[in-house]
Amino acid sequence: MKKLTIAVTGLNNTDNPGPGVPVIRSLRESDYFDVRIIGLAYENLEPGIYMDNIVDKVYSVPYPSTGTETLLKRIKYINSKENIDVLIPNFDAELFSFMKSANKLEAIGIKTFLPTLEQFEERHKSNLSDFGEKYGVKVPKSKTIFNQSEIYSLSNDFSYPLLVKGKFYDAFVCYNSEQVLNHFNKLSSKWGLPVIIQEFVQGTEVNVVALGDGEGNTIAAVPMRKQYITDKGKAWAGITLSDKNLLELTNKIIAGTKWKGGMEVEIIKTTDNNYYIIEINPRIPAWVYLAVGAGQNIPEALVRLAIGEDVEAFTNYEVGKMFVRYSYDIITDINKFQLLATTGEI
Amino acid sequence: MKIRNDLAISETGFVFDPITGESFSLNQIGTEIFNLYKEEKNQSEIKKIITDKYDVSEAELDKSLIDFEGMIKEYNFIQK
Repeated sequence: MKKLTIAVTGLNNTDNPGPGVPVIRSLRESDYFDVRIIGLAYENLEPGIYMDNIVDKVYSVPYPSTGTETLLKRIKYINSKENIDVLIPNFDAELFSFMKSANKLEAIGIKTFLPTLEQFEERHKSNLSDFGEKYGVKVPKSKTIFNQSEIYSLSNDFSYPLLVKGKFYDAFVCYNSEQVLNHFNKLSSKWGLPVIIQEFVQGTEVNVVALGDGEGNTIAAVPMRKQYITDKGKAWAGITLSDKNLLELTNKIIAGTKWKGGMEVEIIKTTDNNYYIIEINPRIPAWVYLAVGAGQNIPEALVRLAIGEDVEAFTNYEVGKMFVRYSYDIITDINKFQLLATTGEI
Repeated sequence: MKIRNDLAISETGFVFDPITGESFSLNQIGTEIFNLYKEEKNQSEIKKIITDKYDVSEAELDKSLIDFEGMIKEYNFIQK
């Protein structure tokens, strides 16, 4: 088996879980690779740092908000020690920095498999209306607002309830302009501007995890319905579905955009069987291990594409496969924590 | 009336709809009737089988079957 060193972010396996730990579990189950995993942590208490058989080594990395150059400098240092083959970033907020640095990373031998900047930008929540029009898919009506004064004229274009969404994360259903104002202030201070106003489409939310090869082909796609949702809107249990319409919609998006990399498509299925795309996340989601359990090891396929291998598209997966998350207390020594806090690596 | 082929029902009456991801629990008699529909028995055949087996009046069974069929249609279990 080929030996690879893979760096992964998103070790925050909390109640708002990052995809790092499930990505690592998937790679450790690979039939193609024998992996050495380098965890890249933004916080010293990300649970993935302390879990058994997850990371071989951990380095702390600076937040993307400190600037791409600072992040790149740290990655170069880590690479000088670890000789990284592939890097898999797992946070929306860091993707821009890694996409921008893809060529520089490649120059030092680190491969990535990320969407292009154009693909990243056009699927952005604030551009979803144009995206729907361009690729011929249904999306809820949406509008970006930059100023509180725009809130009171929203009723000209929208009827209540409507959704108020942060630039990167969080969404709230609002029933009047006062609630919109309240969430506008919270979201803009947390995630910055703009804030997105979106038509509230009634129906069942279903999600698809998928992988595009950058040439317009869907390499993998598994649809899932959340069965248990936390108060943060995260799936705590889910089940794979066999809805062909969801797969066709995903194929259409990947073919149209020539999507490169992992993605999660969030869709509302209405009672009259219309499918509205409410969000496209440009990375592997935290529930990706369900797809692996159902027969499609998406992180493994992504790494194979990153290192330039030809990967055949998956044609099947098991329907009715479920995942159920749990929380668990790890007892660990303060030594690990203090080492990471003081030296930035363990 | 034909029930969709892709609907799975367990021995204990657990029905899973693989398109919507929804699941339902049927009691013993519901499971029997659901399986009779899956075997493509018509309503009069189902009535005969159930009245032969259980102590139930035809009027009572009629009412229950209408309710049951309504539910099956509402959940889109019918083969189109």
